[in-house]
Amino acid sequence: MTEGSTMAESRWEPVIGLEIHVQLSTRTKMFCGCELSFGDEPNVHTCPICLAHPGTLPAPNQQAIQFALQIALALDCEITPRSIFHRKNYFYPDNPKAYQISQYDIPLATNGHLGDVRIHRVHLEEDAAKLVHVGESGRIQGSGHSLVDFNRGGTPLVEIVTEPDLHDPAVAREWLQLLRTTVRQIGASDVNMEEGSLRADANVSLRPAGSDELGTKTELKNMNSFRFLERGIRAEVERQAAILDAGGTVEQETLHFDPQTASLTPLRSKEYAHDYRYMPEPDLVPLAPTEDMIDAARAALPELPAARRRRYTDELGLDEKQATQLAFDAELGAYFERALAAADGVEGRTIANWVTGELIARLREAGDGDADPASSKVEPAAIARLAGMVARREISNGAGRKVLATLVAEGGEPDVIVEREGLGGMEDSGELEAIVERALESEPAAAERVRNGNLKAIGPLVGFVMRETKGRADGGEVSRLIREKLGL
Amino acid sequence: MSSALLELTAGEALAGIRSGELSSEECFDAYAQAAAADGLNAYLWSAEPGARGAGGEPLHGLPVAVKDLFCTEGIETTAGSRILEGYRPPYTATAVARLTDAGARLLGKTNMDEFAMGSSNENSAFGPVRNPWAHDRVPGGSSGGSAAAVAAGTAPWAIGTDTGGSIRQPAALCGIVGFKPTYGAISRYGMVAFASSLDQCGPLTRTVADAALLLSVMQGRDPHDTTSVGIEAGVELPSREDLAGLRIGVARDFSHHAEGVEPGVAEVFERSLALIEELGAEITEVELPHAEHGISAYYVIAPAEASTNLSRYDGVRYGLRVDGDLDLLGMYERTRARGFGAEVKRRVMLGTYALSSGYYEAYYGRAQRVRTRISEDFRTAFESVDLIATPTSPTVAFKLGERTADPLAMYLSDYFTVPMSLAGIPAVSIPAGLAQPPGGGPELPVGLQLTAPAFAESRLLDAAHALERTIGFDARPAAGGS
Repeated sequence: MTEGSTMAESRWEPVIGLEIHVQLSTRTKMFCGCELSFGDEPNVHTCPICLAHPGTLPAPNQQAIQFALQIALALDCEITPRSIFHRKNYFYPDNPKAYQISQYDIPLATNGHLGDVRIHRVHLEEDAAKLVHVGESGRIQGSGHSLVDFNRGGTPLVEIVTEPDLHDPAVAREWLQLLRTTVRQIGASDVNMEEGSLRADANVSLRPAGSDELGTKTELKNMNSFRFLERGIRAEVERQAAILDAGGTVEQETLHFDPQTASLTPLRSKEYAHDYRYMPEPDLVPLAPTEDMIDAARAALPELPAARRRRYTDELGLDEKQATQLAFDAELGAYFERALAAADGVEGRTIANWVTGELIARLREAGDGDADPASSKVEPAAIARLAGMVARREISNGAGRKVLATLVAEGGEPDVIVEREGLGGMEDSGELEAIVERALESEPAAAERVRNGNLKAIGPLVGFVMRETKGRADGGEVSRLIREKLGL
Repeated sequence: MSSALLELTAGEALAGIRSGELSSEECFDAYAQAAAADGLNAYLWSAEPGARGAGGEPLHGLPVAVKDLFCTEGIETTAGSRILEGYRPPYTATAVARLTDAGARLLGKTNMDEFAMGSSNENSAFGPVRNPWAHDRVPGGSSGGSAAAVAAGTAPWAIGTDTGGSIRQPAALCGIVGFKPTYGAISRYGMVAFASSLDQCGPLTRTVADAALLLSVMQGRDPHDTTSVGIEAGVELPSREDLAGLRIGVARDFSHHAEGVEPGVAEVFERSLALIEELGAEITEVELPHAEHGISAYYVIAPAEASTNLSRYDGVRYGLRVDGDLDLLGMYERTRARGFGAEVKRRVMLGTYALSSGYYEAYYGRAQRVRTRISEDFRTAFESVDLIATPTSPTVAFKLGERTADPLAMYLSDYFTVPMSLAGIPAVSIPAGLAQPPGGGPELPVGLQLTAPAFAESRLLDAAHALERTIGFDARPAAGGS
């Protein structure tokens, strides 16, 4: 990860911790049998339990517990032998029991890390229902009335709290993307920030560069995209730096990020100054994962980004940057893995070069904003086949690029495209030799300069051959033949 | 005919139905008529005569009265509170479903102290229940409606709930059997919660055998209640006729520290101990050094849990809503101000305070430590005895209104029953005799409480059954009380 540049000049060092909520993609809710949904009619996925009817009791979702264990294990956490559910009490219409079942002083897991960032704790809880404030602003202020949609109420959430180990907004964003990939790899969540299945709050403080002390922190909410997370933190760092530079003190408060204006406004103290009256949840026994549960969770873990990167550098010989690019992007990694599986003897490193180099560049050129191979028309097996054909010199590099352009535009099989467009290799080297000789005759000046040692002058000669062969000739082979004919 | 039928115990009625001497429909209708004519305010709702459904083994359509704390699908369930007036649950409590699945028919929903908070039934939003033995006296609480109905013969048996004595104390004051099982024996799913770590469902019956039968049907693990475990060994119907070889503990210190144990109650208790020895048991002194602090701990823990359990009654989704020109907070406040009675408000405030930041350790944390000590006291005591005997209530039924102005005096009604609730262990109250109240007047029932280690239900039922036979309590309230 790289250090941000804008922070370097400041005499203040940002100290950033993240508090992340991940909505688990279980089939049913955390404490009842209602199915999870996104975008269904309001209040169709409800039952007496998630509507908090009198006498109902919570029964924990085993799949949610397994996902939470997997996330905790993926973050190298220690699993707590007996963790405790608590009631977090507050009155609000999105909270039908008037308490949220969460974990408090004894969470599911503690003391982990992901990359260089330490994980303070991982715990399980339930999501609130969704409030729709009727009125122009869409916010509670000035709204005539509010509607409650309980479909979301009771969705399983995993909360992940980091230690304040981040010091740069850009790095915070990168790290959150790594976390997202890790969770997605597990299959525990859609981890979509725009849809709210991944939410991150940030705790931000500044300290004099080089100091170990912690300054007064503020809490930032509502940054619902990776870009906004970085922007929000950056804005807050600048705000605090301005206060401190002017000799002022930062006030501990919670700030709401407005994506429209990229500004931060304090939440009214009433909205967050709760005494939650935490109490151990008497309706639930302690959560005591058995060895079998932990083993099963561990066994179900896929290869995670850090391990995958290690395999790419150690076994495939990729460089660090390329390995990171492929390992830390779940979709790109999955695409690359499928290409590797389809490889017909060609080296992984060669396929990696095609995927991260030519393919992504071509997608960008083609105006695919995301430049995402996985959503392109190019099948992983096709890129593997193409890489193999070029590596074995069945077609030239140039022909390979042409095939790729066709694949990007319309998909299909490389062999079929090569056949159709007549891009097959010049197997009869006599034909190529003849063309090279014609080139030397047609471009005598260039031939003379090359003969005199100016290798850069070879261009017009090669260009001639390529024109004549419609790009089928292998560039390396052409240069070799030219030099041979010129006695070099 | 039907008044003789109403004299039968549930076991006798079942035997009559099985042998064909009695029809299940006739039996149900007789009780439905009696419940409809109840003059004690014991019922908040009762079934029409002629209502059918259910039936079959082993309970053969026998009617059962159910405390209004249990959710019954489509049938109003109020928990004795205005805030749930008109509330018809969309589902049925597991304990009730187990009874109807076993062939029982729902006879009625019985009156109770609001949200089970009370020891006299005077905290019901729908008026107090009268004691069938003396209509100017309380039936005890909070399962007062269930106890009064069984004692008056308007129900063959009933179920109630016990958080700190709410089955045992009214059973004692009404002269019937009340059984509180081990915490976790019966599912709490569908029981409107008061104090979740203490609430337990149990039977109120005329005999110990009837209690055993209801318990055997209702107990068991329920996936809807993860704190339910059932009674692994099952529940045997009691058959024992003596107490030979049993060691029964008596905690003199605990009993003597009780304020205001009435002389009549003390006398019946001593007589009971003598009978226990006659039946071959050995009476042994045990110590329960922390039990006398039970009431103090209970009145922190139960209100704390209640304060969060009752927070869901906010006017948003069901039950009473007071709105109008109010904002959200205004609606919450007005709904709860109008919906809850004085005792409920008192306990919600107590509990809210006890859980507040900065006070949690001093109150809730400390109360939980006392609770642990009390459990340890019982564990130690049960190393040297099989059962422990105490009076159920320090007093016989007191007069309506006598204690309503003094909550602390009211709380002491549960002095002998609260420690078992805190320890989660099973306890039964059986009628042990009659005694005059202190101011004179007709004699009233006195209960004897026996308690056993967790899940030793069969042992407890067996001993209670043997003692019941020997005591031979056969007094009945005079029709119309006195």
